[in-house]
Amino acid sequence: MPGLIGRKIGMTSVFNEAGKNLPCTVIAAGPCVVTQLRTEEKDGYTAVQIGYEEKSEKRSSAAQKGHFKAAGTTPKKHVMEFDAFEGEVKTGDTVDVSLFEEGEFVDVTGTSKGKGFAGVMKRYNFHGVGDASHGTKDVGRTPGSIGMASTPSRVMKGMRMAGRMGSDKVKVQNLLVLKVLADKNLLVVKGAVPGPKGSIVTIEK
Amino acid sequence: MDQIIRDAEAAMTAEGKSKAEFKAGDTVSVDYKIREGNKERIQQFRGVVIQRRGSGSSETFTVRKVSNGIGVERIFPVYSPFIENITIHKVGSVRRARIFYLRELRGKAARIKEKGMN
Repeated sequence: MPGLIGRKIGMTSVFNEAGKNLPCTVIAAGPCVVTQLRTEEKDGYTAVQIGYEEKSEKRSSAAQKGHFKAAGTTPKKHVMEFDAFEGEVKTGDTVDVSLFEEGEFVDVTGTSKGKGFAGVMKRYNFHGVGDASHGTKDVGRTPGSIGMASTPSRVMKGMRMAGRMGSDKVKVQNLLVLKVLADKNLLVVKGAVPGPKGSIVTIEK
Repeated sequence: MDQIIRDAEAAMTAEGKSKAEFKAGDTVSVDYKIREGNKERIQQFRGVVIQRRGSGSSETFTVRKVSNGIGVERIFPVYSPFIENITIHKVGSVRRARIFYLRELRGKAARIKEKGMN
């Protein structure tokens, strides 16, 4: 699906015609430059590679400089591939937020907020153990039993336990586009988008 | 980034007509559209603004009135499309932005001095 790279700006709310107050997320999307075209003959698949945000020449490796020069553009910080762009796109073309229309649905992918080493209550919505009294002590947020006894004498694979949570790639599907502000390169979608403010997100049709 | 959000809000509430300028201490009446089934009617709520809260499209204001001896407060979002009109009757002179002390006062003590009437 065709898409754009952008940054999550933050959330706000807006009233629609029916008078409902809708939560919405503002995304600064694009403009992105087409940096390469993947073709069936050459790469075995078709896709459009686009770049977002300027990267200084100094910070770019020689290989990167060559890659972006071939596309007739300057080095970019973020590069991603999308497929099925409508119409003809050539390397060096700019795609911007006008790709999207108000009222259509988009999928937004981001990296969720990192929660660090999280216990099972936060990570898997376990209920914790026991009562507040009747001798229960120090086990309130523990997972409880993690298996059986001498048979099978081991913990089952995939047992949910405490560990790193968040910082995962998360896609939210079917977010309604409330507003496209082409002059400011802004996109407003209904609902929440994964990740902290200022994080990189991709928006797909 | 906050500024970008404000810009986006402004672009989306552009049709949201510039709402009347008022602040805490002012006496206003709010014409509020109420939908009952398919019928729509306008209900007026008149009282003293005791606070304006929040910013941007989520800003709200609280109007207090005393009805049959019972204090009634109602919170309206400033940009609510259900607000037909806001009329300012009196511009009050108060020293603070949130005049919650009004809740403790009754009768004559609960009056607010009008601006420019010293």
